[in-house]
Amino acid sequence: MSTGLLYALAGVVLFALGAAGVIVLAHLLRKILAFNVMGSGAFLVLVGLAQRTGVPDPVPQAMVLTGIVVAVAATALALGLARAWHARTGRGTLTEGEDRD
Amino acid sequence: MTEAWLDPAAWLIVLPLLWAGLAFLAGPGRGARLAIVALALQLALALKLAADLTATGARVHAVGGWGAPLGIDLMIDGLSTVLLLLTQVVAVALAVYAQGYFADAHHRREATWFWPLAGFLLAAMNALFLSADLFNLYVTLELLGLAAVGLVAVGGGTAQLAAAMRYLLVSLTASGAYLLGVALVYGAYGTVSIATLGPLVAAQLPLAVWLAAGLMLVGLMAKTALFPFHFWLPPAHGSAPAPVSALLSALVVKASFYLVLRLWLGPFASLGSTAAGLAGALGAAAILWGSWQALRAQRLKQLVAWSTVAQLGYLFLIFPLLTADGLALQAGVLQTVAHGLAKAALFAAAGVLMLATGRDTVEGLAGVAGRVPLTLFAFGLAGITIMGLPPSAGFLAKWLLIDAALESGQWGWILVIIAGGLLAAGYIFRVLRQAFLLAPEESRFHPVPRRLEWMAFVLAAASVLLGLRGAELVALLGITP
Repeated sequence: MSTGLLYALAGVVLFALGAAGVIVLAHLLRKILAFNVMGSGAFLVLVGLAQRTGVPDPVPQAMVLTGIVVAVAATALALGLARAWHARTGRGTLTEGEDRD
Repeated sequence: MTEAWLDPAAWLIVLPLLWAGLAFLAGPGRGARLAIVALALQLALALKLAADLTATGARVHAVGGWGAPLGIDLMIDGLSTVLLLLTQVVAVALAVYAQGYFADAHHRREATWFWPLAGFLLAAMNALFLSADLFNLYVTLELLGLAAVGLVAVGGGTAQLAAAMRYLLVSLTASGAYLLGVALVYGAYGTVSIATLGPLVAAQLPLAVWLAAGLMLVGLMAKTALFPFHFWLPPAHGSAPAPVSALLSALVVKASFYLVLRLWLGPFASLGSTAAGLAGALGAAAILWGSWQALRAQRLKQLVAWSTVAQLGYLFLIFPLLTADGLALQAGVLQTVAHGLAKAALFAAAGVLMLATGRDTVEGLAGVAGRVPLTLFAFGLAGITIMGLPPSAGFLAKWLLIDAALESGQWGWILVIIAGGLLAAGYIFRVLRQAFLLAPEESRFHPVPRRLEWMAFVLAAASVLLGLRGAELVALLGITP
């Protein structure tokens, strides 16, 4: 197994963990962190799979850079919304009674 | 042919970015006037694009002279032009509507963020319709999602924040799945260009690409709010201010549907037949469940939002019926355009009814028939398209769909289409019946600016009259590379 494929498989595992986190975790901050883990997983797959031949490929690296910018913007919006929600309701979760986790 | 830097395709993306930025600096009053002028210009650009397309055929525009793979290609064909035209027509009418709506004292605060976000939303949407590669589509999809979430939260109320947060989480997870799909496709073929991928996928189909197709299509279906991923739509579209609901319900959900259609007809054509039955079944479930919920909804905008869930179901009925003669495809695109116009009209009318009565329940509508008759007429006209009665474009779409089902001998879908039409009649007449009741003694009506009523009417009339000009639309759609 090449190193590139190993990275890609690790990326798939990270993506699955992150996706499960976004769905299962209740606290908004945890959901947002899980989303970032998920995105990093996808980036790792993108770079890893393209490097299987041993020659670095610039196109997926450019894609990942763009993807990181998008993910930062999305995280900022999510954090802004979560803050506004907390300021209004005093809660860290969307549904009531799940604040303890 | 015009010079490269004057290409309308590129300006359809640059122009909304420009006015969005300027509207943010200029504030809501001047920002609104700027947006309306710029949107009229955008409509002219889209018409020019359509005229060029009819004259010279489909083409590719390399932005800034830098072609793929390092630069970005814009792809102009019949399907993208039809959706660009729909977007600019709905947007310009809703901008005039929004200027009047946000002049109302209760809604003035929301206008600050509405105009810049609407500009970014339209830039992302135009870019999405013109993109020719999977990764660029990911970026536009994400930008569209972020602008749409911002628009839902524009009012700043508790319900709106919760709806925006839910919408954001669904949107981010869905585009994450799409991105992983893109990564797998690039890993398998070393390209993300839709045109290049077609023959590559047809020649060789590794397991990773099956997974990629599944991830991308499920992600996009979640963004299109196809049953059972529809749960985020009614709160998000039902709680936002009326012009925002109209933009989101008429246009934004169509963008991800457009992408499903592109992938289904293009690179994933050879995989499509496996999932077609499932997509059709989910569409049928959406029609029945969405219409049922619309019949039971207590609040007017919830009713209209559930109707969107139902009408989006029709779009997915086309997949089991797609054949070489293209009937089902024409039905799908006609339904997209018809629903886009009619749903913008319904939300615009619902906004007027809520301003006039000061209440947002269906029950509170008693007596509006005498106060805002034009708006109610617009609601009824748009209802004709939603129910699918002749001569509306909705009728044409459903007729073509039934025709396609008959030709392929799949009778089951026809029952769903007819049942959906009857249920739609149920929830539209529920509103109309209530509106014609006598107003209770204590009810008060607020005056509403005339332009709000007229814009709802123009959109509704367009959705009905389009049925008479369906042939032109189908001819435009037929222009492929």
